[in-house]
Amino acid sequence: MELFRNTNIDFLGKKWYFLAFSLVFSVAGLLSIFFWHGIPFGVDFKGGTLVYVKFAETPDLNQIRSAMDRAGLKDPKIQRYGEAGNNEVLVALEQRETSESALDQGKNTIIKALETSGPQQEGKLDLNNTGPSSLQQYLLSKDPLHLGGIDAPAKYLVIAQQIDDFRNKQHGGVLQSVSDLKGVVPAEVLEVMQGDFYTSNFAVRNVEIVGPQVGGQLRKQALWATLYSLAGMLVYLWFRFELIYGVGAVVACFHDTIITIGFFSLLNKDITLTVIAAILTLIGYSMNDTIVVYDRIRENIKLLRRENLADVVNKSINQTLSRTILTSGLTFLTVLSLYVFGGEVLRGFSLALVIGILIGTYSSIAVAAPMLVAYQEWRAQKTGRAALPAASAPREKVKAKA
Amino acid sequence: MIKNQTIKVVIIIAVLIFALFGIFGIPQSFTPSGLLAALQQRIHLGLDLKGGTHLILQVQVNDAINADTDRAVERLKDDLKAKNISYAEIVKPDPQQHPDVVIINGVSPQSIADFRSLVSDRLPDYDLTSGANNSFTVTMKPSIVKDTKAKAQQQAIETIRNRIDQLGVSEPVIQEHGLGDYQILVQLPGVDDPARVKEIMQSTAMLEIRQALGGPYTSEQEAMQANGGILPPNAVLMKGKNIGATGQQNADQYWVISRASAVSGSDLRTADAGRDENGRPDVKFTLTGEGGRRFAAFTGAHVGERLAVVLDNKVMEVATIQEQIHDEGRITGAFTEQQTQDLSLTLRSGALPAGIKYLEERTVGPSLGADSIRAGIRAAIFGMVAVMVFMLFYYKFAGINADLGLFLNLVILLGFLGFTSATLTLPGIAGVILTIGMGVDSNVLIFERIREELRHGKTPPQAVDQGFKHAWITIVDTHVTTIVSAIILFLFGTGPVRGFAVTLSFGLLANLFTSVFVSRVIFDSILSRHQRGEALSI
Repeated sequence: MELFRNTNIDFLGKKWYFLAFSLVFSVAGLLSIFFWHGIPFGVDFKGGTLVYVKFAETPDLNQIRSAMDRAGLKDPKIQRYGEAGNNEVLVALEQRETSESALDQGKNTIIKALETSGPQQEGKLDLNNTGPSSLQQYLLSKDPLHLGGIDAPAKYLVIAQQIDDFRNKQHGGVLQSVSDLKGVVPAEVLEVMQGDFYTSNFAVRNVEIVGPQVGGQLRKQALWATLYSLAGMLVYLWFRFELIYGVGAVVACFHDTIITIGFFSLLNKDITLTVIAAILTLIGYSMNDTIVVYDRIRENIKLLRRENLADVVNKSINQTLSRTILTSGLTFLTVLSLYVFGGEVLRGFSLALVIGILIGTYSSIAVAAPMLVAYQEWRAQKTGRAALPAASAPREKVKAKA
Repeated sequence: MIKNQTIKVVIIIAVLIFALFGIFGIPQSFTPSGLLAALQQRIHLGLDLKGGTHLILQVQVNDAINADTDRAVERLKDDLKAKNISYAEIVKPDPQQHPDVVIINGVSPQSIADFRSLVSDRLPDYDLTSGANNSFTVTMKPSIVKDTKAKAQQQAIETIRNRIDQLGVSEPVIQEHGLGDYQILVQLPGVDDPARVKEIMQSTAMLEIRQALGGPYTSEQEAMQANGGILPPNAVLMKGKNIGATGQQNADQYWVISRASAVSGSDLRTADAGRDENGRPDVKFTLTGEGGRRFAAFTGAHVGERLAVVLDNKVMEVATIQEQIHDEGRITGAFTEQQTQDLSLTLRSGALPAGIKYLEERTVGPSLGADSIRAGIRAAIFGMVAVMVFMLFYYKFAGINADLGLFLNLVILLGFLGFTSATLTLPGIAGVILTIGMGVDSNVLIFERIREELRHGKTPPQAVDQGFKHAWITIVDTHVTTIVSAIILFLFGTGPVRGFAVTLSFGLLANLFTSVFVSRVIFDSILSRHQRGEALSI
C-alpha cells in the first residue's frame, strides 16, 4: 500500500497562502497574549494554590462556592475536573491568597470550609482527610492494642498504612463511614476509632501550592531552556549544513512555539511545567522534520546542478512528503492516544503535543524550506547576481559519505 | 556473510537478555505476580505515580549569620569589660538585611589601640573599619559569611534527613535544590499528610538557651510598660508557649529574653525522654565540650537569675539557675509523654541552625497516582497497537520487521531504566509513548527510501543497501536534535520533567540500535533466503 506516490505539488507556488496561514495563527495568538488572556501561566509559574477534591456523591458547585465565600476566600476558581463519574472538583486560589509566611494557609481554609459545609461532627477527626502519619500518631497516643513498647510506632504505622491503602484502593479515597474499616483493622483499633472519627463527604486527592519566589524562578528557567534549546539547534545545523539552514529551521521552530503558546492563550488553558516540556520536545520534533527535508535538498542540489533552487526545494519536499506525512501521522496517532486516554493530569501536555506536531510538520514544509529560497532570491537581488545554488552546496565530508 | 549474520543475531539476543535482566533482575518466580514484584523492585516510580509529599523549602541563612554575630557581640562585651575598655554602645544596625554588621560606638580615645588589637585577636573572622567619632564597624569576612551560609544549609539538610529517617519513610529524597539559593528539596513517597511532616521538621527549628530578663507578662503592652516603653538593646520580646498543661487553654504569656543565646542546638550532644523524681515526663540533655564550657560560664555568671529554653522563637520554659551547670541539663514542664518523646527526638537530630520557609508544597494522593499509571499504560497500549497495525498494513512484511524493532526498542528502554535506577514519572510514561511514535520514524525513513530505490529499478539487495545508507545520515541528524532538546530539558527541569527527558533520550538511543542495526539484520536474513529476482514485500 502506498499513499503518496510521485506527488508533484508546487509547494513554493503556494508560499503566499502559507504566509497568510502562518500569519493568521501567529497574529491571533499574539493578540490573545497581549490583549486578551495573556500567557495563561499555570500554578507552577505564577504561584497559587490548587486543591483537588473528590466527593462521595455528585458535588454541588454552588454550595461549594458559598462555603468558600463564607470562609472569606476571594473569588476562588471552582470547577469540575476529570471524568464526571469521578465527582472531582478543582478549587484554585490566586497567588495573592497564598500567604508568604504560611504557605498552606489557603489549602487549610479550603478544607475547613468544606468540612464545615458537610456533615460535621464536633470534636471528631475526619477519617477521609487524615493521612497515615497522623493516623499513626493518633493510634500511638491511644494505644488501643496496649503495645507500649519500642516497636509500637512501627506496628501502628503498618495499621495506619493499611487504613490508607484500603481507603484509596478499595474506596477511591472516600469512605462512607468509620465502620467500613471492619475487618481491615483489629477490632480494638476500630472500637477506639469509632469514638474519635467521623467521615466527611470528601477527600483531598492532590494539592499543589507554589509560592511566588519559586514561580518567578521557574518562569526565568523555562525561558532560558527554550532559548538554549533553539540556540543549540542553530549551532548544530550550522555545523552540519550552512548557517542559513540553521536560521531557517530556528525560525520555523520559533513559529511553532509562538503558535502553540498562542493556542494555549486563545483557549485559556494553563501553561504548566509539563507543557513547557512538551514545547521543548516539539522544538526537537519540528527540527527533526525540517532536517529530513533539508537533507534531501542538500542531496538534490548536488544531483540537479542545473535546476534552480525553487525547483530543487519543491522536488525535495515532494520526495520526502510520503515520509513526512507518515511519521507525523504515526506520532500524531500516539499523541492523540495520550490526549484521549492519558488522563487528566497529562491533558495540557498532550494538547501541546497534538497542536505542536501538526504545526511542526506544516512549518518544515511551509516555513523552513521556502525560507531557503527566499534567502537565495534576496541575495541574488542584493548582489545583482543570479541565484546561486552552490551557495548551499554540501560540505566535502558529506559528499564523501554519500 | 552467514557467519557474520550469526554474530549479529547473537549480539541482538544478548542485548535482549541484558535488557530483560535490567527490567526484572532475577525474579523469585516466573509467575505473573512474581514477575510483577520483580518489576516493581527494579523500576522506581516517581512521586507523581506512587503518591507522596513534595516540599521545597528555603533555609533562612541570615539566621545563622545573626546567631554568629550575636555571639560575637557577647564575647566582645565580656572582653571589653575584662580589659576595661569603655564604649557607648554595641548595636547591630540592620539584622534583617545585613546580619553580618556590628557597630561599636564611642570607644574611649585612649584605648583605641587596645581595642584594635583585641578585635583582631578575639574576632579573627571579622574585618574592622573605623568611622567618625570613635565608632567602629565590625563586619564578618565575606568568605566566612559564605561559609556559614553554606554550612547552615548543609546542616539543615542533615538535620531534616535524620528526622525523616526516624519517621521510617522509605526512599526519601532530601537534597539541595539547585534552582534557587539555599533551597532544599524534600520528597517523601507514600506520605500524604504534609502538615504532620512539616510539624516534625518545623519543630526542629531553633533550640536555644537564653537569659530570661523579665516576665511573664500577660500582654505586649504590659511587657513594654514594665520596661519603660522601650526594650533594652540586648533584649527581644517573645511569646511563651503554654505547652503541656493539656486540655486547658491558658492565656498567652510574654517574656523579655536576651538577644544572644548561651547555647544553641548545635551544642547539644544527646537528649532523652525520661521522668523526673515526681514521675512527670521530662527531657534530659547533655552538651558538647565547647557548648558545656559556654553553658558553665553562663550559668556561673547568672546564678539566681533565670534562663529560658527557647524553641523556634517561643519560650518553652523558664527556670531559675540554682547553681553553675556544666554539661547536663533537664527540661521539665507539664509535658505529656508523647510531647517529651517528640521533643527529645527534635533535640537528638540536632536543631536546625536557621529557620526554614516553605516555598512549594505538593501532595499527590496514592489513588491519583494509581489512576495516572492506569491511564498512562492505557494510552501506551492504544498508541502502540495503532502504530503497529498501521505499519503491518502499510509495509506488509517489512511492517513485521518494524514492529519487532519497536517492541525491542521498548524492552531496551525499560532495561535502561532498570539498570540506571532512573525514576519513571507520569511525563516519563508520556516519553515512552512518544518514543513509540518517534521511533517508528526511522523505520519509515528507511522503508520509504528502499521503496524509492526499488522504483528506480534497483534489485532488492541494492535497494536495501542504498536505503539504509542514505537514511543513516538523516537518522543521526534527527536523533541528535531531539536528544539535544531532551538534555536541555534534563538540565533545566525538575522531577517529573526530568523523568520525561530521561525516557525520551533512552528511547531514542535504543531506537538507533533497533531501527538501524536490528532491522538491517532482519532484512539481510530475509534477502539471503530470497530467490534471485523475487520481489521484496515492503
